[in-house]
Amino acid sequence: MNLEKVKSDIEAAVPGCRLQIVVNGSPSGQHSLLLDREHAFAVAKFLRDDPELCLDYCSNVTGVDWPDTEGSGYLEVVYHLYSTVKKHGPLTVRMRTEDRKDAVNLPSFTPLWRSAEFQEREVFDLYGVVFDGHPDLRRILMWDGFEDHPMRKDYVDPDDYEYEPTAHDAVLKRALEHSNRDEKAGGCQ
Amino acid sequence: MSATATGSTATGPTAIRPTATPEIATQEIAGKAAAAGDNPGELLEISLGPHHPSTHGVFRMDVSLDGERIVKLKPVFGYLHRNHEKIAETASYLAAMPYTDRLDYMCSLSNNWAYALSVEKLAGLQVPERAEYIRVITAELTRLQNHASTIGFLIQEMGASGTPLMYAFREREKILDLFESLSGSRMMCNYMRFGGCRVELPAGWLDEVRKVVAEFPRFLDEFERLLAGNEILMARTQGVGVLSKELAIQGGITGPILRASGVNYDIRKVDKYGIYDRFDFKVPIGAHGDVYDRYMIRMLEMRESVKILEQALRDIPSGPIMDPKSKIRGFRPKAGEAYGRIESPKGELGFYLISDGSPNPYRYRVRPPSLINLTVLEDMCRGYNLADTVVIFGTIDIVLGEVDR
Repeated sequence: MNLEKVKSDIEAAVPGCRLQIVVNGSPSGQHSLLLDREHAFAVAKFLRDDPELCLDYCSNVTGVDWPDTEGSGYLEVVYHLYSTVKKHGPLTVRMRTEDRKDAVNLPSFTPLWRSAEFQEREVFDLYGVVFDGHPDLRRILMWDGFEDHPMRKDYVDPDDYEYEPTAHDAVLKRALEHSNRDEKAGGCQ
Repeated sequence: MSATATGSTATGPTAIRPTATPEIATQEIAGKAAAAGDNPGELLEISLGPHHPSTHGVFRMDVSLDGERIVKLKPVFGYLHRNHEKIAETASYLAAMPYTDRLDYMCSLSNNWAYALSVEKLAGLQVPERAEYIRVITAELTRLQNHASTIGFLIQEMGASGTPLMYAFREREKILDLFESLSGSRMMCNYMRFGGCRVELPAGWLDEVRKVVAEFPRFLDEFERLLAGNEILMARTQGVGVLSKELAIQGGITGPILRASGVNYDIRKVDKYGIYDRFDFKVPIGAHGDVYDRYMIRMLEMRESVKILEQALRDIPSGPIMDPKSKIRGFRPKAGEAYGRIESPKGELGFYLISDGSPNPYRYRVRPPSLINLTVLEDMCRGYNLADTVVIFGTIDIVLGEVDR
């Protein structure tokens, strides 16, 4: 699949959409297409229904956290699309949220490909991306009362460990912090 | 047999599909028609699992029942969640290799291959020819033991306690012995490396494999005589848990389940990863998409795997097993990303990796076939008996280590 051609086809079919080719520096040569949030759903629908592309199979959906890129950073969702009819792929498309705090909404592709259902729930659970239009957006791997998003790069584990006395510096440092904190709080918790 | 031919790669219709005696069949159909009736009655909600022998681990289904019929089914995950992906992102590329064994612990060698393939794509490594052959041999042996035990478990869940499963496990044990002499471990093999394999084959190992492969068709014949025409098996499986072609593609279903629904999509043929373009084998395709087809596809796939193994064992060359350019220590791929996938026994197993040039992956993602194949479980079970759910669930063939990661 020629990404330049796919891009111009999409631009002809979905007027007003802003696409950008994200170049991949690795020898795999899997370059990807960055979609804008407003037109992403229409573009995805075109990719699925266009008879030439016919990307009827959405294989992989995943999140990536970029906390330090472009000021306040953003969350990214990556889709790998294949065609079971034309036997080509993957076409990698990605979307980015505005920031990592409040504006974390992206359109859901589950109405187009049901295979995204559990995977988008997982991205919501572990990264905190809110998918608009998802039929059943709940936590999937963590329990319902859990609050944070453990796959984010700045996630800090809760301090409720029973430390094993191992020789690793990081563990010993945390054990020390833990005991100091208990003393400050006036004994055990 | 139920498989029919579509396309040049598919097997031909080998025989007419046997069916159960008419009385049982009509009873079944009448029961299903009643399920579609418009009198819902009072619903009973039960929680199936997490500790239930049919769930193959810790997995729960919230089921709403109308009498014995399934109205609603919501799977609940996460009992085995350990954030495998986060662990891999905090360690070096190589350190994630033994963790991949623990994803789908029935098929550790396939998992190794999928991960190694993705890293090789990311770093641009070439695999020597002998290592490619070893990979094919180990992966196909993995497929044999996985499919055999899946069918054994399936029969067990239909009530044939013990015997068929033990027949399958007897064969599995022979293959696990081979894995043990190759890698030192029966199930947690940790055998492949980026750009090749860890150690050279032990002396006489290939002859041992040839012996096992030569005997395997006898087991398949025996198993098929035992099962294929069995009245109870046919009544319990034919027309049960039907998955349409469209829904299978839409739901991202892969592996034997997708092909049982009549879609000719096998990644060994589509991507031709490794050296799969050198082997002559066919892709069995189902016609009905029911539990019986999913069982039969696995039987036929085992026969094709035996064919691949025979060719690989005939052609395997001597030579190096590691790419001399690949580094075990201080491995740092260039910044970039790669998605690699293989046809694991369960379906499409993919790894998505992003490198930022440091020794550990910036993003490490497993595309788990076991989890995604559960997406349409509710659609497959709705309208059938609770007892059928166990059988339908059994043919999806999941391993919870991979579902929850």
